[in-house]
Amino acid sequence: MKRYLPLFCLALLAVVPLVGLNSYLMHILILFVMWSVIGMSWNLLGGYCGQVSFGHAAFFGVGAYTAGILYTKTGLSAWWGLPLSIVAVTLVALVMGFIVLRLRGPYFALATLAIGEVLRVTAENLTNLTNGDVGIMIQERTWVEKIWYYYIILAVAAITFYLVRAVIQSKLGYYFVAIREDQDAAESLGINTTLYKTIALTLSAAITGMAGAFYTNYMGYIDPKVVFALHDISIVAIMVVMVGGVATFWGPVVGSIIMILMAEMIRSVPMLGTAHQTFFGALLIFIIIFLPNGIVGDFKKLRRLVGLGRPS
Amino acid sequence: MTAPQIEVFLQTLIAGFLLGGLYALIGIGMTLIMGVMKIINLAHGELMMVSMYIAYWLFTLFGLDPYLSVFVATPVMFFIGVGLQKFLITPVLKVDSILPENQVILTVGIGMVLSSLAMLFFKSDYRSTPVSYATSAWYLGDYWKGSPIELSLSVPWTVSFVFALAITAGLWFFLTKTDTGKSVRATSQDPQAALMMGVNVDRMRMLTFGLGSALVGAAGCLFIPIYYLYPSLGGQFTLIAFVITIIGGLGSTAGAIIGGIILGVFESMTATYIGMGWAPVGRFAVFVAALIFLPGGVASLARKRKLGK
Repeated sequence: MKRYLPLFCLALLAVVPLVGLNSYLMHILILFVMWSVIGMSWNLLGGYCGQVSFGHAAFFGVGAYTAGILYTKTGLSAWWGLPLSIVAVTLVALVMGFIVLRLRGPYFALATLAIGEVLRVTAENLTNLTNGDVGIMIQERTWVEKIWYYYIILAVAAITFYLVRAVIQSKLGYYFVAIREDQDAAESLGINTTLYKTIALTLSAAITGMAGAFYTNYMGYIDPKVVFALHDISIVAIMVVMVGGVATFWGPVVGSIIMILMAEMIRSVPMLGTAHQTFFGALLIFIIIFLPNGIVGDFKKLRRLVGLGRPS
Repeated sequence: MTAPQIEVFLQTLIAGFLLGGLYALIGIGMTLIMGVMKIINLAHGELMMVSMYIAYWLFTLFGLDPYLSVFVATPVMFFIGVGLQKFLITPVLKVDSILPENQVILTVGIGMVLSSLAMLFFKSDYRSTPVSYATSAWYLGDYWKGSPIELSLSVPWTVSFVFALAITAGLWFFLTKTDTGKSVRATSQDPQAALMMGVNVDRMRMLTFGLGSALVGAAGCLFIPIYYLYPSLGGQFTLIAFVITIIGGLGSTAGAIIGGIILGVFESMTATYIGMGWAPVGRFAVFVAALIFLPGGVASLARKRKLGK
């Protein structure tokens, strides 16, 4: 049963839109799948390899801008941004890795945060290329119906899920976990930690970049404050994983459901709309103190907390 | 260089130096917390924002001068810091989890709550305290009649700088001359050994977090006469504090002062010669250069010299 769970979920998600959901529900579904993709990619680097990145907005933004600039400067369809963003983001990740991977733990976290912010400022100031704060608008939408966007991001999500699982179950995955648990010990066992950290960073970045390119196509408008946002992209990427479960296959998916539902629920209350980060922050504090491994990771503990657990 | 060019250069240097003194105060707070607890406080800038709001409301409601509110806001921030450490961070230190960075992510959560609460209560308006001396300055020409170049020294910037120096000196005295200060430094060097020597490590941690918050709180009060205030201002100051600690050397107080001044001068140079909007990029360039060429910060240079003898 457990073997077929991913296939079952995929089939279920593929059938859901056929019942005829309205545009708003489709939007939520698309956001949920997109955030699952970003969460899974963050989990690969942060959860398995132990490199907590606060700068995934950098990759998301570069991917989004690859698609956007392609559209405005060359007149190609922004969909070419999906494959091309992999190239662009990989380059960015390699340069970034050269700088930040020499740092460890919290210092790595802050350095990635700084890079995300710097890319935002750069995008704001390079007005010739990015239109600055005006942003990039995709004039003609490919489809009016949201269902095609949904299937595209669902395909990306399915590939990501299987890719992450394949990587983690291969030798590479064991190297990642070894680096997370003790980098010096891993190094002394002959693991080239810099190489494997770079691989984890690049893979994770490329997937996030693809999500960013999808975002450009789907939303039809990007500007630096949105796609390079610290709190609304980088931190939410962390939260999706922290809430769902660090270093679990299903954690990002569960976390994404919870985060998107929570964001939409708070947004629908008129007075609290601007305060959604208060709740995000409070949830983050709560999760870290009581369920440090997330809902999936601490599922047994959670069941015991609500009194459903069998005595073991 | 012609006389006007020299004038611009010197003026930029002075502005950078004054800014650097204030940056140092922010950096010291962070480096103290980092040294003693080995965690990065990512809510540092947000704590400064809270203290700036305290100063702002004291000024608006009671007409209290921002420089006097240092004496009110700093103790308040001290207790906020102690409370954060006691009720949020200490429990997390005991929790077992896969990622050791949990405490850092926790401070992010604290920062998010603080900045969005400020947004909720005070809206995202830009605020400032219109003090009477905001634009007054001392001019070189007034004191030296036949001076070939004209330089000015802004009054609020200079007063803030002097305050920052005084607070730094007081902190230095506390850390090196008092028993409590020595206990703080012992905890920073080796918590286990300090514990065996009878230092109450938990209390020292609380005290340190309080001190770090108080320092950044004081910096907030000193910043408000010369800066404007909005709820999301914290993030950039957290980054500044972090860059300073990297330049200065992690956990080094003297390094943080030098790092603050280097960063201040560099930023003001970037703003004058490249463009206002690029200042954050310049900040980052210093950061990367420090990481690549001087990984231990300024503090490591001093150490090397000592070993070489």
